Amino acid sequence: MARAPLAVGAIVVLACSESQLPPPSAESLPANQSLGASEPGLDTVVPPEVGAPDGEWPIASGDYANTRFSGLTQITAGNVARLEVSWTFSTGVLRGQEAAPIVAEQAMYVVTPFPNILHALDLTNPGSTRWSYEPKPESAAQGVACCDVVNRGAAYADGRVFFNTLDNNTIAVDAKTGKVIWRTRLGDINRGETMTMAPLVVKGKVLVGNSGGELGVRGWITALDAASGTIAWRAYSTGPDEEVLLGERFKPFYSADRESDLGVKSWPGDAWKIGGGNVWGFVSYDPGLDLVYYGTANPGPWNPDVRPGDNKWTSAVFARDPDDGQGVWAYQWNPHDLFDHDGINENVLLDLDWKGTPRKVLVHADRNGYVYVLDRTSGEVLSAQPFHFITAYRGVDLRTGRVQPVSEKEPKTGTVVRMICPSAPGAKDWQPMAWSPRTRLLYIPHQNLCMDFEATDANYIAGTPYVGANVKYYAGPGGHRGELSAWDPVAGKAVWTLKERFPVWSGTLTTAGDVVFYGTMDGWFKAIHARTGAELWRFKTGSGIIGQPVTYRGPDGKQYVAVLAGVGGWSGAIVSAGLDPRDSTAGGGFVNAMKDLPQHTTKGGMLYVFGLP
Amino acid sequence: MSSASPDARSLGIALLVLAAGLGCERETRRFRELPPTATADTSLRLSPLQPGPPVRQVRLKSAYEGNAYAVSEGKRWFSQFNCVGCHGHGGGAMGPPLMDDEWIYGSDPENIFATIVQGRPNGMPAFGGKIVTGQVWQLVAYIRAMSGLLRKDVAPGRDDALYGAPQEQATQKQRPLESSRPPQSEQP
Repeated sequence: MARAPLAVGAIVVLACSESQLPPPSAESLPANQSLGASEPGLDTVVPPEVGAPDGEWPIASGDYANTRFSGLTQITAGNVARLEVSWTFSTGVLRGQEAAPIVAEQAMYVVTPFPNILHALDLTNPGSTRWSYEPKPESAAQGVACCDVVNRGAAYADGRVFFNTLDNNTIAVDAKTGKVIWRTRLGDINRGETMTMAPLVVKGKVLVGNSGGELGVRGWITALDAASGTIAWRAYSTGPDEEVLLGERFKPFYSADRESDLGVKSWPGDAWKIGGGNVWGFVSYDPGLDLVYYGTANPGPWNPDVRPGDNKWTSAVFARDPDDGQGVWAYQWNPHDLFDHDGINENVLLDLDWKGTPRKVLVHADRNGYVYVLDRTSGEVLSAQPFHFITAYRGVDLRTGRVQPVSEKEPKTGTVVRMICPSAPGAKDWQPMAWSPRTRLLYIPHQNLCMDFEATDANYIAGTPYVGANVKYYAGPGGHRGELSAWDPVAGKAVWTLKERFPVWSGTLTTAGDVVFYGTMDGWFKAIHARTGAELWRFKTGSGIIGQPVTYRGPDGKQYVAVLAGVGGWSGAIVSAGLDPRDSTAGGGFVNAMKDLPQHTTKGGMLYVFGLP
Repeated sequence: MSSASPDARSLGIALLVLAAGLGCERETRRFRELPPTATADTSLRLSPLQPGPPVRQVRLKSAYEGNAYAVSEGKRWFSQFNCVGCHGHGGGAMGPPLMDDEWIYGSDPENIFATIVQGRPNGMPAFGGKIVTGQVWQLVAYIRAMSGLLRKDVAPGRDDALYGAPQEQATQKQRPLESSRPPQSEQP
């Protein structure tokens, strides 16, 4: 541990200089201009659309805009070096822990990976359990979950906790008692469907989507009535406009997208019925425009030769009316996706000063390696700048909005194409970034991986993998496999970047104390200075971190930071599922890039809560 | 080399013929092999722990285990029935690895046959009635080749594909652990 003396030195310096570095006060926070006034009772003047409300963390992304920013100011860059463990909790499950702990009503709600146990932890008596609810999902569902049996968290609204089970049930539980209010089955494991995403509750509707892009599952988003659990609407990602819910209001920005029934016409034959486009990422909501935004996943199968056409609306983003699900605009990040480049990565809704004019934008770091800035009222691409080493694309044509693939890197059946960058999990996978309205920077957790890709024949057998590719990934230039980048979306470039041995598969969190939190797959939970990128603190958890850190104010008035440790997910399956490193193509090709992970971490399932002494 | 004597040349040819002949000495190819049974064996035990004296299980001899053609067909089915999507080229993915020494439901041909046909509760689909019996037995033979349980002259020798796992022929025999602790992927 060559770093230890340095770290100790930093702690001493920081501890001594704390009095000279006043924590950012409410007065010093910049009000985010066009987002409206603050509400009384908030810690800061950051408006409610940006930042988690009043010290709670009711949804995985913290707020509707998906900023993962908290206005809490007790923990700062000046004092975070003194952070210590307040309490811990074992989830009892040792698979990949990708969930965000949810905080509301002086309780914390944690969903485990399969078997998706929902624990309610009492924050007035830290570490004790109010209740646990076991939904008892179908065990066979584990056999159709592509990338470990993960769950990305619950959502709290109006006294209820909503979450999804791997076997396609959305469940509403009474937050106080743990009693089930309703349970609605939305999909079928015999068709390969699963559910892993964190729901979002908007205007009395619970928005959920399915997974299964590697099993030929047709993607959808479904809105359930939060009171009764009945289905209000369902919008498919492929198929006729009637089923994709595209009607008179649908006005995509680019003319090529304005034909009718493109969800059928851009596919050969009936391939759209088994064509993927699943909805397993985070959903955003803009109350001002009254639109929800979400991405759709890769088309199936991976082998692009067997599905000529744009394969709409896979690897795309939709803007929809939450009341009836009607599409308002859509944009395809990757028409005719070549590399499993899902478009599900979160869309962060920001109001930016764009070349002199304020614009309502949506920022999205895609698997294809570009950070997109879109006008979220129209779907126009304002910029697309690379944040990863790219050999597979030449850039994004802002006139047509189309990404430009490099022809030599396009997969061909029976040929091995080498050094495709970014790889199939992309420059960045599901792991969500955070935005600080104070630094005006995005903190993007991501990979540095390239791949070899051999397209093969693909046979559709319901409920089995429908992939048609042999792949293996390896580190990109530099040899490190992960990075955390602080990204200026206006300038379109990184301000600083930290390198990590393994992909940064955890989410990020940032606070008004100018601290960024993230975890590494070898089990370090780190606090970084939001402005400089300097490491301020680190703690070794029992297992690798792939979860989403959150922060909240406890009933005692103190600010806490919480994260789940427990390696797994697609990248960590070599540990959580015990895959064999002798096979480079194991785990969908990820094992080749993670052969040394078992030497650095073991399985786990532990919640850590940190606070100042 | 035009100065080589006719004697040397004929000796060379004789050596070549001999070498070619030796090269052909692979498994004795039988073109019509019957699968050992049509259905899963009902006397199958998944646990070595049996109260009292153990019931002897009928051991089946699968002719496919010694037939390179059947094993290579099994390898083809392994991709075409999408086994590869879950088990990789032996290293596992959504399902457990098949190239190692851990066998959750037994490594004998009849155990593997039953696992494919009946399915298993933690995610293995039941393919009974979906795959022709003879093809299941060919799959069984190939799956055993993945951990080196078949003779090297029967196991497939090369992949015409992206290099993933070592060739089955070159895979060292993994002594099956039948009654070991549950494998990693099955532990809670």
